[in-house]
Amino acid sequence: MSHEPATLEPGFKGVTADWSADKQAFPVPWGKAMMWIFLLSDTFIFSCFLTSYMNVRMSTTAPWPNTAEVFALTVGGHDIPLLLIAIMTMVLITSSGTMAMAVNFGYRRDRKRTAQLMFATAALGLCFVGMQAFEWTKLIVHEGVRPWGNPMGAAQFGSSFFMITGFHGMHVTGGVIYLSVVASRVLSGFYDRKGTYETVEIAGLYWHFVDLVWVFIFAFFYLW
Amino acid sequence: MVSGMAVRQHDIPATDLSADHSPTHAAAHGTHAEGQQHPIKLYLLIWGLLFVFSAFSYMVDYFRLQGALRWTLIIVFMLIKASFIVAIFMHMAWERLALKLAILVPPLALLILIGLMAIEGDYTFLTRVASFVK
Repeated sequence: MSHEPATLEPGFKGVTADWSADKQAFPVPWGKAMMWIFLLSDTFIFSCFLTSYMNVRMSTTAPWPNTAEVFALTVGGHDIPLLLIAIMTMVLITSSGTMAMAVNFGYRRDRKRTAQLMFATAALGLCFVGMQAFEWTKLIVHEGVRPWGNPMGAAQFGSSFFMITGFHGMHVTGGVIYLSVVASRVLSGFYDRKGTYETVEIAGLYWHFVDLVWVFIFAFFYLW
Repeated sequence: MVSGMAVRQHDIPATDLSADHSPTHAAAHGTHAEGQQHPIKLYLLIWGLLFVFSAFSYMVDYFRLQGALRWTLIIVFMLIKASFIVAIFMHMAWERLALKLAILVPPLALLILIGLMAIEGDYTFLTRVASFVK
């Protein structure tokens, strides 16, 4: 073995042969490894958004709008700060819990419960998107927030808000569709025929990531 | 003579490629269950803890804590929640080190970006104060 050349063939042919050779670095299903790598790249995208938000917030000379007041809801004549955001956070955490259990039941080959829990997760995701639509409407129509300015303070507030929550909301929407498709396939027995429920876990990874990103958005955008 | 590298390559068990995709976990828990199998109780516990820590973060805002205390608490609660999600819900705690490192180490590069952009933001702020704010 020691006399084997560094590459199989000289030049790029050897590189291609090596890179496409039948070697496995991660002992997990390929779909799971690919999902992790996709999520890693997504981490960088969201981090770029949050970093640019940090940058514009640090560099603006106008005061940053008070998020506790901007995102307050009036309940019974009282302004409760960040109430809607708190509810949205709880809904997303709940959906992560149902998803984790769906993965568990999937590996137990419990077709019905897996599908039920996944549809519940998708429904909670839909609920989250609905509340986000309500929040956007409130901000755009009633508070006059625009990507280029707003009546409450720093103009950069609007562009940061729409970019960050918009991209996250898009991920949730995509996730709802993704989960619905996988859940339907669970119900139809597709994964029983395929012989593995790993797709449920892979979809779960995506969904937990969406929840994970929200943890950071909640901390940095809404609470900071 | 056979090199050590070659021996190690041949030593990789064939089971890694078969139905049981989590040999470390199966070995650690002594189960023959397929994939990631953990007690429902654990998920419910983490779920509950995520609620508790979300409530804590919300309280930081509700009680209007300010300054360093506010920022420290926000970041601590955020990191605790993020770790729970990644370690338990995303099963990272039971993955092999090769996968853990491949996924968790690259984001550390972001700290450099954040540092640079913080310096840049500070500089832009000072320039604006010096040039535009009367």
